[in-house]
Amino acid sequence: MDLLGGGGLVFVGLKNYTGIFKDLRFGKSLFNTAVFTAISVSLEFILGMAIALLLHRTFRGRGLVRAGVLIPWVLPPAIMAMAWGWIYNDTYGVLGDILLRIGLVDNRIAWLGTAPLAMASAIFADVWKATPFVSLVLLAGLQSIPQDLYEALSIDGAGPVKRFTMITLPLLRPYIIVALLFRAIQAFSVFDLIWVLTGGGPGGGTQMVSLYIYDTVFRYLQLGYGAALAITLVVFLFAIASLFLVLFGRSRVEV
Amino acid sequence: MFSRFLFRLVLLLIVLYSLAPFLWQVLTSLKPSHEVFSIPPTYWPSQFSLESYQMVFTLRPFARYIGNSMIVASGTALLTVSIAVLASYALSRFRLKGSQSIQKGLLGIALFPPIVLAVPLYEGIRALGLVNHPLALILPYSVLNLPFATWALSGFFLQFPGELEDAAKVDGFSRMGILFRVILPISAPVLATTAILVFIFAWNEFLFALTFMTRDAARTVPVGIAMLSGVTVYEVPWDQISAAVVVTTLPVVVVVILFQRWIVHGLTAGAIKG
Repeated sequence: MDLLGGGGLVFVGLKNYTGIFKDLRFGKSLFNTAVFTAISVSLEFILGMAIALLLHRTFRGRGLVRAGVLIPWVLPPAIMAMAWGWIYNDTYGVLGDILLRIGLVDNRIAWLGTAPLAMASAIFADVWKATPFVSLVLLAGLQSIPQDLYEALSIDGAGPVKRFTMITLPLLRPYIIVALLFRAIQAFSVFDLIWVLTGGGPGGGTQMVSLYIYDTVFRYLQLGYGAALAITLVVFLFAIASLFLVLFGRSRVEV
Repeated sequence: MFSRFLFRLVLLLIVLYSLAPFLWQVLTSLKPSHEVFSIPPTYWPSQFSLESYQMVFTLRPFARYIGNSMIVASGTALLTVSIAVLASYALSRFRLKGSQSIQKGLLGIALFPPIVLAVPLYEGIRALGLVNHPLALILPYSVLNLPFATWALSGFFLQFPGELEDAAKVDGFSRMGILFRVILPISAPVLATTAILVFIFAWNEFLFALTFMTRDAARTVPVGIAMLSGVTVYEVPWDQISAAVVVTTLPVVVVVILFQRWIVHGLTAGAIKG
């Protein structure tokens, strides 16, 4: 397939960009991606922090537990999306069966059948996959904090909550920024999981920016418009990253 | 006593949650084919059977997909580490003008959304006549992994004591001689970890593999599995899929458990240096 069409190239100015503002499908995919990113990354941060704090304690078999926790992050995303599709399957899926057996639901639920449920299912699978990354980065941060700081504050009679907010959080800040920034950018570029799990459906309910660009270029062969969309995506990511750094301050992590 | 028990229980639940989707695939793949499609699902196979594995290897070109993935992933690991060794040695030993900006620029690449790169890359690969050729994946994968590999290796090279190299210089070694005869032999574990992580990345990648490999015979494992479908559109061969998933992911799980300490270190360094 020849995306450039073989013919001569014509300069069209900003024509490809003016269409973007009227493109409702792109607007919708941008909205979906923002929802997906905001919820996924927030949950990953909370869970990742909890796991990092747990793994920071010393106990026997810590290496093995750490390896077990890490596994979702290194398995192929597209293949594990198939595995989640099997868990969510509305006829044979194990998730529906477990909920039926506990008595939480009366009928099997079509997890990927309606837009809000499909979005929730995709977010759940993404949280499963990416939480290890957040815990790993935060764990490295925790290990960089000198232990005597905590001891000094304990002598002053500070409880665990105070120790967390006065020492852990401020000293962890650069690590938190790295983890959140990486994750936000990756979640905003999500492709594999959605392509395999829902294909963007049902009814465009989980359509994401990356999928929309992919379809525009490789299915509808609109290379010029697709390229304009891709540049718009980069601008959005750059805006998110800048906003992030302005809000949480610029700081370097030295290792 | 009780709190220690609770701590262990929570850890166990976390590990179980992390492994659950993988373990469920293992259990599914070991059931006889008809049992996979039973309602309600059985949790433990009534009898262990390798039927699904047999089917995916005989009815599908699955061995072919694995072969393609092996070529692409090992080619990427080899190419990336070879270039990264030279680049990171130079960045760690010479005060090059702009080496800081080179390293930061490299990191920027890693943050670009793959879809943005896929469109122009596809045009380039088509122009070079590389569509469906392993190089169509090996070249872009290597470029995407170089930042990580260069960071990991140059961080390691910086820790080397200068006396070692001075001694080698006195013995008449050239720069390249020092790198290949003195530094690389001691760096074997770090080189291996870096190569393993790059291999895993290439093994896992989906979007480029989907776009640049259009013929079924050229597909890699992730795309091959995602495209496995039944005789009709509505019939998904979940039995064969589960076998394929286990064959593809089990090696990764084993490698991560065996090399967990180095891999955790490598991944963390790669992420945090960003």
